[in-house]
Amino acid sequence: MIKHLRSAADLDAATATLILDTAAEMAALSGREVKKLPALRGRTVVNLFYEDSTRTRISFEAAAKRLSADVINFSAKGSSVSKGESLKDTALTLQAMGADAVVIRHPASGAPHRLAEWVDGSVVNAGDGTHEHPTQALLDAYTMRSRLGRLDGLKVAIVGDVLHSRVARSNVLLLTTLGAQVTVVGPPTLIPLDTAAALAEKTQVSYDLDAVLPDSDVVMMLRVQTERMQDSYFPSAREYSRRYGLDMRRMRRLPEHAIVMHPGPMNRGMEIAPEVADSPRSTIVEQVANGVSVRMAVLYLLLGGK
Amino acid sequence: MAYLLKGVSILGAAPTDLAIVDGVISDKAPDDAQVIDATGLVALPGLVDVHTHLREPGREDAETVETGSRAAALGGYTAVCSMANTSPVADTAGVVEQVWRLGREAGLVDVQPIGAVTIGLAGKQLAELGAMADSAANVRIFSDDGFCVADPRLMRRALEYVKAFDGVIAQHAEEPRLTEGAQMHEGEVSTRLGLTGWPAVAEEAIIARDVLLAEHVGSRLHVCHVSTAGSVEVLRQAKARGVRVTAEVTPHHLLLTDELAAGYDPVFKVNPPLRTRNDVEALRQALLDGVIDVVATDHAPHAVQDKECEWSYARPGMLGLETALPIVLSVFGEKWDLIADRMSIAPARIAGLTGHGGDLSAGTPANITLVDPSARWVVDPAELASRSRNTPYAGMNLPGRIVATFLRGEATVLDGKAVK
Repeated sequence: MIKHLRSAADLDAATATLILDTAAEMAALSGREVKKLPALRGRTVVNLFYEDSTRTRISFEAAAKRLSADVINFSAKGSSVSKGESLKDTALTLQAMGADAVVIRHPASGAPHRLAEWVDGSVVNAGDGTHEHPTQALLDAYTMRSRLGRLDGLKVAIVGDVLHSRVARSNVLLLTTLGAQVTVVGPPTLIPLDTAAALAEKTQVSYDLDAVLPDSDVVMMLRVQTERMQDSYFPSAREYSRRYGLDMRRMRRLPEHAIVMHPGPMNRGMEIAPEVADSPRSTIVEQVANGVSVRMAVLYLLLGGK
Repeated sequence: MAYLLKGVSILGAAPTDLAIVDGVISDKAPDDAQVIDATGLVALPGLVDVHTHLREPGREDAETVETGSRAAALGGYTAVCSMANTSPVADTAGVVEQVWRLGREAGLVDVQPIGAVTIGLAGKQLAELGAMADSAANVRIFSDDGFCVADPRLMRRALEYVKAFDGVIAQHAEEPRLTEGAQMHEGEVSTRLGLTGWPAVAEEAIIARDVLLAEHVGSRLHVCHVSTAGSVEVLRQAKARGVRVTAEVTPHHLLLTDELAAGYDPVFKVNPPLRTRNDVEALRQALLDGVIDVVATDHAPHAVQDKECEWSYARPGMLGLETALPIVLSVFGEKWDLIADRMSIAPARIAGLTGHGGDLSAGTPANITLVDPSARWVVDPAELASRSRNTPYAGMNLPGRIVATFLRGEATVLDGKAVK
């Protein structure tokens, strides 16, 4: 088993599949009255969050607690971090406390790679800058597999601000590893020039959402931050929504079986219409539930839980 | 002290004896001259760096004029041009004279201050260029290095103004609007790493503009740290038209590529960023062709805490003085005439440093570097003379050891060690 999960590229097909299969076992557990497993009793998991992300932090916290690990939440606000302590010094502190795993969320790309040089425990990337968010990709893959029964050969459209999206990077890498065919869709300003060469050779690029939808099994809408407008990535929220938003009219272009995903938090009315988000095709709430099971599997496997 | 270098190879020629008497190269050594067995060693004119950051005043925790001078001497340099981005900025006669005086006191290399083009490097208003030129520091190169003189009208005025005293503007070519938040070369690797890209066109667009401006006003332009294949083509065309432009390339841009960012270790973060293999090849060819005139180190020391952090928070820059000649040797082999021209003669000419970049003939100032091309050494950051440790070459096995350096006949380095 790998030691760290810093990038979806750390996972080969066999390892990724093992995580998804383990997550399925963990999910079965959540139906029981007693949801706890003793697997990580006596082990310490630190949630090191330099960005506010209640959703991701709670998910990791629930996952670690269901495995009986001791959980320490270390958030940048109100800690020594906001007084300017360096990542290295924080790492040495966590090391001294005997952290077996550190789950890190950080605004700087690559912060988990740096951290892994300074701690002995496992490092799990919970989102770093505009780089990656591998457990999000794992829970997305898990959700697709449970809804559609397979990943191999699946056609997945990832739509929106691919340039700045850690979710998109991790998903392109992981889904391609697992045999899916990924198309990234968005305005050319928000699609990196070298997407296929950089991430996965088979990745396709399209600037035309309407053309992509009829041949998609999955459409994954990315959050688009309205401040990108100020930087001229697109002229206005209205124009973005008109060209790349998923509304009811567009959703009808999808095949009957296709699902709609969003990593959250959503801008309802911007990249996704409320009726679409709340439709039976939407897996958005399921994704959150699956997140706990997938993160349990990741912690369990990385820490070699028995 | 007089010296006799016995059996030395001058620029790779057949072994001969070379005498140093009273600060100049001589035909004959006195009987009491110190004899140095120079068998197998090559003599070069003392190296000259047109782009060095000595950090003093302001960041003496990263480097001082003295420690940087020692690193320079150990790297075979007899003159370095110190960049203006100190704190306070070298934008007045007072600051450039301070740096110049500190250099004299250290006495290991000639420290030639570069003056800022604009007050505080802010790109708004010309600094007193004439006062710096007339000062004891005798400034001839002006640069806002670290920042681009982005305003085209201001750049035009600066180019014109320094004609009065044969000055030259050394431009850090980086269109700032195209590089906001930039962290590394824009390309496949930046996309994979999720780091904001620094597109090649941001450099090329400024160089294209500036060669046209220099042509229009008939001024000299020097381009700092050229890093892209496209820049080379712009320069090639400008030179073919007769524009008075010179250009430098750093050792790291001649060797390293953006793939090194993959581990997010900021020791590989530099501005302009490491580029692609294609760019490296174009830069090598340009140096061979003379489209790029000189190798300049852009020696940029940084304190440990400014590099031992997240990539995006780290300062850009790399040490260069002590490894420049070995890197050039490893890239080009023992092309001694090329090395002497690009690392001593041409930079001395650009900087107006008469007395440096000579031909090692009798009667010329004895600024000499003695190198053992057959010796190899492994770069150990802890053993470098710089106060900082941010070398990208740690652990690399490099050819070429500097055995001795002479500044106007005085040894600054002997047996590979600084004399003070």
